[in-house]
Amino acid sequence: MKFGVVIFPGSNCDQDTVYTIRDIMDQEVIELWHKDTDLQDVDVVVLPGGFSYGDYLRSGSIARYSPIMDEVIRFAKRGGYVLGICNGFQILCEAGLLPGTLLPNTNQKFICKNVYILPDNNKTPLTAKLDKTRPLRIPIAHGEGRYYAPEEEIARIRQNHQILFRYCGKDGVISEEFNPNGSMDNIAGVCNETKNVFGMMPHPERATDDLLGNTDGRLIFESLVKTLEEKKFSIYN
Amino acid sequence: MPLPEVTLDTARSLGLEDREFEMIKEILERTPNFTELSIFSVMWSEHASYKNSVKLLKTLPRDGEHILVGAGEENAGLVDVGNGLACAFKIESHNHPCAIEPYQGAATGVGGINRDIFTMGARPIAQLNSLRFGNIEHDRTQWLMKGVVKGIGDYGNSFGVPVVGGEVYFDKSYNTNPLVNAMSVGVMKHEDVISAIAKGAGNPVYIVGSSTGKDGIHGATFASADITEDSANDIPSIQVGDPFMEKLLLEASLELHKTGAVVGMQDMGAAGIICSTSEMAAKGNSGMRIDLDKVPLRQENMEGWEILLSESQERMLVVVEKGREKEVEAVFDKWDLNCKIIGEVIDEDRLYFYRHDELVADVPASVLVLGGGAPQYDRETREPAYYKEYQKFSIEKVPEPEDLKEVMLTLISNPDIASKHWVYEQYDTMVGVRNMSTNMPSDAGLVDLRGTRSALALTVDCNSRYVQADPKTGAQIAVAEAARNIVCSGGKPLAITNCLNFGNPYNPEVYWQFKNAVQGMGEACRRFNTPVTGGNVSFYNQTSINHKVEPVFPTPVIGMLGVLREKNAQMTIPFKNKGNMIYLVGKSVNDIASSEYLVSYHGIEKSPPPYFNIDEELKVQQAVRDLIQYSLVRSAHDVSEGGLFIALVESGMYRGLGFDITTDAEIRTDAFLFGEAQGRVVVSVSETRETEFIDFMVRQDIPFFALGHVTKGEIRIDDISYGFICDMKKEYDSVLERYLEQD
Repeated sequence: MKFGVVIFPGSNCDQDTVYTIRDIMDQEVIELWHKDTDLQDVDVVVLPGGFSYGDYLRSGSIARYSPIMDEVIRFAKRGGYVLGICNGFQILCEAGLLPGTLLPNTNQKFICKNVYILPDNNKTPLTAKLDKTRPLRIPIAHGEGRYYAPEEEIARIRQNHQILFRYCGKDGVISEEFNPNGSMDNIAGVCNETKNVFGMMPHPERATDDLLGNTDGRLIFESLVKTLEEKKFSIYN
Repeated sequence: MPLPEVTLDTARSLGLEDREFEMIKEILERTPNFTELSIFSVMWSEHASYKNSVKLLKTLPRDGEHILVGAGEENAGLVDVGNGLACAFKIESHNHPCAIEPYQGAATGVGGINRDIFTMGARPIAQLNSLRFGNIEHDRTQWLMKGVVKGIGDYGNSFGVPVVGGEVYFDKSYNTNPLVNAMSVGVMKHEDVISAIAKGAGNPVYIVGSSTGKDGIHGATFASADITEDSANDIPSIQVGDPFMEKLLLEASLELHKTGAVVGMQDMGAAGIICSTSEMAAKGNSGMRIDLDKVPLRQENMEGWEILLSESQERMLVVVEKGREKEVEAVFDKWDLNCKIIGEVIDEDRLYFYRHDELVADVPASVLVLGGGAPQYDRETREPAYYKEYQKFSIEKVPEPEDLKEVMLTLISNPDIASKHWVYEQYDTMVGVRNMSTNMPSDAGLVDLRGTRSALALTVDCNSRYVQADPKTGAQIAVAEAARNIVCSGGKPLAITNCLNFGNPYNPEVYWQFKNAVQGMGEACRRFNTPVTGGNVSFYNQTSINHKVEPVFPTPVIGMLGVLREKNAQMTIPFKNKGNMIYLVGKSVNDIASSEYLVSYHGIEKSPPPYFNIDEELKVQQAVRDLIQYSLVRSAHDVSEGGLFIALVESGMYRGLGFDITTDAEIRTDAFLFGEAQGRVVVSVSETRETEFIDFMVRQDIPFFALGHVTKGEIRIDDISYGFICDMKKEYDSVLERYLEQD
């Protein structure tokens, strides 16, 4: 599987993402510069976390207009797989590739800590191989992570199994108590209608290295890689 | 607008002493013009010249087997951490800006210290910070604290370097003058170090990064005066940070170095262009000819002296090999960074600055800088009256508490002791995926050196109450505690950086504190074999309100670097299993001096520092290192603020485990549980290794004591139950929020 990690000038999780995919998930990775216009035949584009262009305006609002994003949008619309993590999620929402938007956390502060998230369904490549009853411990680190969409939209994405993850407690209980940022319905990640564009605020790449004592994030990457490999296999045969 | 005429009064108004004005006239063999006088006033300010501290700083040990670049040679010290890697690390204060504008003050402090590290060629991989605020109940303290924490977070989070450690204390001596010390740690290959040097006549000099504005003019002078009621009028002295620009500078700097076309590079911090041009030139025994008209400006009508002194952030000065400009400009262009050639290196100890085609300043470079011609003073000292008074303290006069539970709750809800998660959850502590302490907390922050078997161990420490009580012993304790934290995480201490926060050096009592603290620190660093690689002195940390001057507690913060040779040998704080045995390594002493318990429960502020014996301390630390190396312990946590009791609670709460212990009948129960005698470590031992543990310990020449065992959650002391660890944790976690999140 060939991954392309997009590097905006203010990305700061780009190398963490490259390290995770290359060294831990053992997949091929190339770095895509924000001024590039060639996606070099990657299977999956990853938009990493960070502060793409400083994000002094609204997170992701400028990155959305970068040269590479035109290509990413075209790629996504053709059915290409795109994963946005944190700032990457914000950019995908700004670009209109994902429903909803991300508002400042209700406590008006940046929050960095471990949280638990529960896969909402197994109907997307990112969640297909996950156990819906096993909460995953994944860190968050954001100031603007409060997922918001109009009620009808929320109903629609729920209906269409576009909710990827929801914030929960250690034991998998989903309630306001475990909602770190005020997201609607405790939503931590969503995908598009055709289930090839994924966005999530928690950072799975920060929970993959044995040395750091938490490898729950690996399961998410594994789900993606395995599902896409199976799909590829079925297409070619 | 014509510049002011230069007289002795002008010099005084710029903060220069009369004799310094005379010196300047002698050096130039004429009266300086206003631009030149301004140059001297910032370069000879305390902040840039260390004129009142450098003589004492030179007494600190600065050499050692691991030191690659010593104190004062470059922007930061450089230490060999094995595997061909070098670590650049430094701590700096941004106290004065934070007292006026906490958000930007803290943000630009973080920016400045990181720039020091990456302009040397090292990528910052960890940050720490040491914060001190006034009484937490005050609105002003809460305002300052919220601003400082947000400022540190917003800048560092965007820049993308994790905070892996820190400390926060509260005391009324910091009511109006908080201390904000930021440390950055970077790593590079030995051969990649970039020097802050200008040499090679004809080589072009670039200014890179942000445009220059009127912000922060005379910032260095501002930092060299007392904070007063009128200080808010100095807001133009505060700079504004742009972490995105800093990120571009970081990536471009490291990429630039690979071209091999860079001769030298230095960030622009205090005293702006004049500081970097003079320091780089002086280091290369050269000079520069600089055309200030070429400097990209943010606003019109800036005079030459304003451009020279501006402290606009996120700028660097780069000297490049002549003829290789294109290669360098390509890198800046890739990162969309503004760069301009503003002059060239010359083969003469002289700085010529031009503005509107006129020579506006003509001064030697070497006389401006520390170690060159900048003045160095011995200051008068006087033992403060309080010192003897503190020593009259006797534990006999303090009644033993009847209700231990009440003491426990007082300590748990003491903001100095309680959880700081309100603070550190606003910092990105995990970016870089190297922070080994997130899920497995240790006494020091542990940072993976990927690609090697090692990890860095980092800590910042200072209990300023101890230093106030006795500067010499207090500073020694700060070094000892830092080393203990590194040892308890499985590391070996290598070197320190320090941030010396004191009051006005012209006050003989303050200078007595300073002199003794530096002496104590030097002695301790020699014993622990941790040389000083650099740091920062911040004087004038005091408040004059209604003409009454009150210095802050003398606060020499120690930032220590250690290394874990085998990262898998990381030792952590939490108890692991119910039934594990708990031991105290080190001597129990009938001592409660300067403890949080004595101050917050009994309200007694005047006492000497706690018991400290450096020989015993060294033995305890050696024993703990061996215990960890031989895998004889399952957890280790040093005893510090709040004493043994708090150390036990902190060891238990991570996994919700309690403890059942017996106190030592020879020692007062309050001293045993809450005293802060130094040189003690709580360890837990699995039953299967207990015999080996005891065999090992009896061979050591240090006391150890069987406390009891780990329980499922209950806290029992001498067969009395004090409730459950989860309740203690609930309180411990909510204290800061109660003060800071009230509506």
